[in-house]
Amino acid sequence: MARITSGVFTSHVPAIGAAMDLGKTADPYWQPVFNGYEFSRRWIENNRPDVVLLVFNDHASAFSLEMIPTFAIGCAERFSPADEGWGPRKVPEVIGHPELAWHIAQSVILDEFDLTIINKMDVDHGLTVPMSLMFGQPQAWPCKVIPFAVNVVQFPPPTGNRCYQLGRALRRAIESFDEDLNVQVWGTGGMSHQLQGPRAGLINQEFDNAFLDRMISDPDALAKIPHIDYVREAGSEGIELVMWLIARGALAPDAKALHRFYHVPASNTAVGHLILDNPR
Amino acid sequence: MALDQSYKDIPGTTIFDAEQSRKGYHLNQFCMSLMKAPNRERFKADERAYLDEWPMTEEQKLAVLARDFNRMISLGGNIYFLAKIFSTDGQSFEQAASKMTGMAQPDYRAMMIAGGRSPKGNRYIGETAHQPAGSASAAQTAKGN
Repeated sequence: MARITSGVFTSHVPAIGAAMDLGKTADPYWQPVFNGYEFSRRWIENNRPDVVLLVFNDHASAFSLEMIPTFAIGCAERFSPADEGWGPRKVPEVIGHPELAWHIAQSVILDEFDLTIINKMDVDHGLTVPMSLMFGQPQAWPCKVIPFAVNVVQFPPPTGNRCYQLGRALRRAIESFDEDLNVQVWGTGGMSHQLQGPRAGLINQEFDNAFLDRMISDPDALAKIPHIDYVREAGSEGIELVMWLIARGALAPDAKALHRFYHVPASNTAVGHLILDNPR
Repeated sequence: MALDQSYKDIPGTTIFDAEQSRKGYHLNQFCMSLMKAPNRERFKADERAYLDEWPMTEEQKLAVLARDFNRMISLGGNIYFLAKIFSTDGQSFEQAASKMTGMAQPDYRAMMIAGGRSPKGNRYIGETAHQPAGSASAAQTAKGN
């Protein structure tokens, strides 16, 4: 049977991808960010997943305002890096796992979470930056990826609680798949940041660190945070953090923290990163 | 029942809600068209003519021509869509964000490196930004401006 072994949580700032693509990771500005992922790269060498279910959001790349799916699962064989306005990132194509993705779609929809099924989608920095952070710059990504897109651009995004409950349904779905697979679930986006208006640049270190604490020890409480608290406390784009709750819901309540990292800033954003390990 | 818009008391912030999305649909879809290189070329060659192909309001078109991002946001623009305009101009998110805050980019970058804009005084419209000395907690050394 497939099993969820671990969860990885990370911000997905586009400038981090640009820093890697342009060879700036050793610059004094960027070095502290990448230092925070050194443990993670060693760890994932020894804990290589077969498949990553990667929860992320599209940033007006694949989805315009024509169609705005709240939850969408990528069931395609492959996904190309998106052209976000300056040409696609030169990173490997993302290879999907259609069989598991369709299994998850069917299970989760019958479990009353109504997903949109995507058979063609380019994936933007929301997905490729976490891949680069964890795997560096290989010729091909070392595992398959099921992109799981969440609307956090058009208000309202799904509630934190809905995301958390969906995570639980994803766990039930993955663990009922017959093939023996090591699956990791990643939650990306955040932490506090605001990219728009006169309040741009907002960072709330107290909120972020409390969020990281409770991500580990009290996710039930985190799932109760209303949208207004995210946008007021963590910035209009800080609401991306609801996506972390999907990945947290897919892990065991007593998953153990293996690594924790927090740094301000990467461009306009607070970078947060956690690795949680399910009991074996 | 009216929409719950309890976020409207947050200063310097526009939530891209149903109202904004309806207002900004064509503005944002114009931005989306700049994802394609041939469209970027046509836009750069004659911005006004390109804008006139879209059923946008005159106010929206003037805001685009002036690169007034705060104005575009008030007219329904969403930052991830507006990003296509400043990317076409070769500008980064950091440059665009500093412009929206009215700060010079080096000052904005310095604020971010020092921990970002503090939420203190920035949670509610009309709230004072000045805190008594020594009131900042250890976890929150960031200062806005």
